[in-house]
Amino acid sequence: MNEILSLKNIAFTYVPDQPEVKNAVEDVSFAVNEGEWIAIVGHNGSGKSTLARIINGLLFPQQGSVSVLGQPMNEENLWDIRSQMGMVFQNPDNQFVGATVQDDVAFALENNGVPYEEMVERVHEALAQVKMTDFLDNEPQHLSGGQKQRVAIAGALALRPRILILDEATSMLDPQGRAEVLATVMKLREETGLTVLSITHDLEEAMLADRLLFMNGGRKFAEGTPQQIFDLGDELVKLGLDLPFPIKMAKLLQQQGVALEGGYMTEEELVNDIWISNFKK
Amino acid sequence: MGKMIFGRFLPGDSVVHKMDPRAKLLFVFIFIVAVFLANNAWSYAVLLAFTFLVMTISKIKLRYLINGLKPIMILLVFTLFIHIFFTKGGAVLVDWKFIEIHEEGLRQGIFISIRFLVLVFMTSILTLTTSPIAITDGMEMLLNPLKKVKLPVHELALMMSIALRFIPTLMDETDKIMKAQMARGSDMTSGPIKERIKAVVPLLVPLFVSAFKRAEDLATAMEVRGYRGGEGRTRYRQLKWNLRDTLALVVLVLVIGLLVFLRN
Repeated sequence: MNEILSLKNIAFTYVPDQPEVKNAVEDVSFAVNEGEWIAIVGHNGSGKSTLARIINGLLFPQQGSVSVLGQPMNEENLWDIRSQMGMVFQNPDNQFVGATVQDDVAFALENNGVPYEEMVERVHEALAQVKMTDFLDNEPQHLSGGQKQRVAIAGALALRPRILILDEATSMLDPQGRAEVLATVMKLREETGLTVLSITHDLEEAMLADRLLFMNGGRKFAEGTPQQIFDLGDELVKLGLDLPFPIKMAKLLQQQGVALEGGYMTEEELVNDIWISNFKK
Repeated sequence: MGKMIFGRFLPGDSVVHKMDPRAKLLFVFIFIVAVFLANNAWSYAVLLAFTFLVMTISKIKLRYLINGLKPIMILLVFTLFIHIFFTKGGAVLVDWKFIEIHEEGLRQGIFISIRFLVLVFMTSILTLTTSPIAITDGMEMLLNPLKKVKLPVHELALMMSIALRFIPTLMDETDKIMKAQMARGSDMTSGPIKERIKAVVPLLVPLFVSAFKRAEDLATAMEVRGYRGGEGRTRYRQLKWNLRDTLALVVLVLVIGLLVFLRN
């Protein structure tokens, strides 16, 4: 598999002149393969958003290096690399630049000097991918949060990036909006093989990922499949991360003496196992 | 305030609505200058007739304009009376007790009022038929030559369009903060003016704080999407100069010719 992104021994502090302040990110290394969905989880202040900004070159680490598509990132290739990475932020309102949906999707294309005819084509293509074609001329105040985030995804997709970074993109949405956005991302991955990096503290979202990166106090605490990470169980709870509902439920049932195997990633798996567990006896 | 239409946009499908914003801006700008050519009854009549013609073509109702511009109309009537009563000269028309109306005063009053009226109507028709973003685009294109003298035309236009884009967002926010403060017992709608002004402070402070936060977020989002100034940017919103735009300007030039011919 192709390595699309790699971080080596990243250390970063917001206050370089105050060495007594703990680094926001300390000695983090990981690699992302093409087409993978990686979720970075951790509670507030764990350095996960800082990490996203380092990956995108919004912040430069004091130590270590970031490579995208095999090229180490520096001041010269920064803009080229950025055009390979789309990023969606937390607040749906604060990343809407254009006056209407189509203007907003075109914004990144305008910045990169794409000719008009191609722009029109790409805007329509990107909006079709997130199913927002019907809202072409809508103004942001007439859209729901989920719709705005889908427009933001389209705005990122218009540049045909290799990586999509979601920086807590669903945290300000209602459950319906969150489901809309996640469904859109899943569908995109199926269709285009996009690499997704989502920074989140929503564990349901994290469980959709192929691999989880668990950040704590600026360090990488654990890395593995969702199954492996959630098997850590109590250790996660101690570090302030809640367990996903099916895992928590299974645990509580086990404590009550119900014979369950555990390790359920979805509610359905749990339910199925509960109602056939009696047959197993 | 709610009924005031100065600066408001009224979507529609008239010829005027469909015109290129550059043409409309040029048209209004030249018209404003041309208004000052008129100096006798005939030339003012032409101005008035022309304004009503444009209004009819743009399918904006006279009543709508007058109603929406009421505060300005009051100002207009006020200037009319000031002139009637205080400008001296020519034959005396009325001489009753302390009121003395001169011919010149009446003439001046009517002329100045017409001048004022056509200016306000024409600019209102411009904003009513052109979306703010189209006006911004038109301005940017028209001012483009000024880039040579280091005027940051692109930046100004972008600032303008972002400001327009955030007006409804900040309005919502104001509403939300107002409700939040009211829920905490702040009273903003009654009491003496001094108290009411004081009550605005806890509204403005959170609004400014959040506006700065938004600005920062937006700057980051723009940078991530590759924004690095106007250099090498292409445009998604294209302006199209059609035959009707040229024709409109030709008609305007003819009207100006007529004005020059009619004036003393």
